[in-house]
Amino acid sequence: MAVAGRLGWWALSLATFVAIWWVVALLRQDFRLLPTPDLVLAALIAAAKTGALLTNLLITMARVAASFFIAMVLGSALGILLGMSRTADRLIGPWVVLFLNLPALVIIILCYVWFGLIESAAVAAVAINKIPNVAVTLREGAAALSRDLAEMAAVYRFGRWKTLRHVILPQLSPYFAAAARSGLALVWKIVLVVELLGRPNGVGFELQTAFQLFDVATILAYALAFGLIVQAIELGIIQPWERLANRWRR
Amino acid sequence: MTGVSIEIDEKVFPAAGGAPARPLYRDFRLELADRSFVALLGPSGLGKTTLLNMIAGVDHGFSGRISFSRGPNPRIAYVFQSPRLLPWRTVLQNVLLPLPPGAESLKRARGVLSDMGLADAEEVYPERLSLGMQRRVALARAFALEPELLLMDEPFVSLDEANANRLRDLLAELIEARPTTVLFVTHDSHEAVRLADRVVVLGGPPVRVVRDVRVELSREGRLTLGEVERVRGTVLGAGPTVAA
Repeated sequence: MAVAGRLGWWALSLATFVAIWWVVALLRQDFRLLPTPDLVLAALIAAAKTGALLTNLLITMARVAASFFIAMVLGSALGILLGMSRTADRLIGPWVVLFLNLPALVIIILCYVWFGLIESAAVAAVAINKIPNVAVTLREGAAALSRDLAEMAAVYRFGRWKTLRHVILPQLSPYFAAAARSGLALVWKIVLVVELLGRPNGVGFELQTAFQLFDVATILAYALAFGLIVQAIELGIIQPWERLANRWRR
Repeated sequence: MTGVSIEIDEKVFPAAGGAPARPLYRDFRLELADRSFVALLGPSGLGKTTLLNMIAGVDHGFSGRISFSRGPNPRIAYVFQSPRLLPWRTVLQNVLLPLPPGAESLKRARGVLSDMGLADAEEVYPERLSLGMQRRVALARAFALEPELLLMDEPFVSLDEANANRLRDLLAELIEARPTTVLFVTHDSHEAVRLADRVVVLGGPPVRVVRDVRVELSREGRLTLGEVERVRGTVLGAGPTVAA
């Protein structure tokens, strides 16, 4: 019931968006610049039939997954360190702010210039863009850790592993969720730029080709496929996990 | 079960927010006999919680020595002023976590919970319970550990009198069933006399022992208002003291 209701609202919201798009496209009557949804769907099917869509999506997804994973692990570790140690925060905190405000494009170009147009440079460029965001979020979480509960765990001799699993990580889980959600959105966007600038495949590369051919329908078709995947991850993974992590709340 | 010997040469409350550092303890000595129930009575803000934290080993910022009669690192349970339960773990998990893994621990945790009248709440998350029930869970967690030393920091504060009395009776029963050394901090002299067999009245700062009163009351006597009032008079300084 709750699941059906949630999916119902989600579908209604998207349907409204598609309807508005359709009406505007019909009013403009320039299908090359703004194709109607059915033309985009046709382009999507055409790209799927050649196999290019799936291949490129999978390649891009793999890059997203790799850089997302690296950024979450390193960013969380860094953020927790900064939140727990004032010295570390004073020493490294300004770097985080610096990287947080460094334009993504600068990091991408530098990675390609220094390490070459290679896969690891591409993944590293995306990860470096995302690490400061994760670190800042997790720093808030680590700084807000309860001293009361830490003392309790110490008196009752929980030990390192039990303290981490039952006391610390549950307190950090809302911060992980926030970092994951905002981070995923950021990674999606940057991965495409990285592909556009220096990779011979992936969605970003295909978009560049479509851009040169002025093929708006294909651009939108890829965007649509991409959007569906992101929505699926949000609905299928992040939201259920959040509900599970929050079931104790009243 | 362990005796405790407390020697605090100096403990300073650090300067904070413009207030200067102030000495909390200087040359403070206190001996707790094995299996005694000692109540520390004194006004709020004196540093009683700090003393418990030093004994519990979560506050190392002092010079002096805390030693235990039956070897270092005794099993200590601490009932804090607030329940300090893990809100994301069920009642049963909260009681189980300090215990070693195994079927024996599960049995013990379940037993203590049912003694506390919490058998039906095992799978409930703490925030869904009333404060009184949360305090009982905190007591259950402490007792399930079968501690050698039980530290209690105003564990019944902010409960209504009926609820607090029920928990005091429960505490007395549990200690009778599983004897242990108890150090109980309170600012309520009634509570101190009712529960403890020794009441140490603290004054200061720096903290010093003002009176040290032995409470020789039977279990029935503790439930008689007149008896409690008589000893309370001694505790509050109206009569002869056992040890100065």
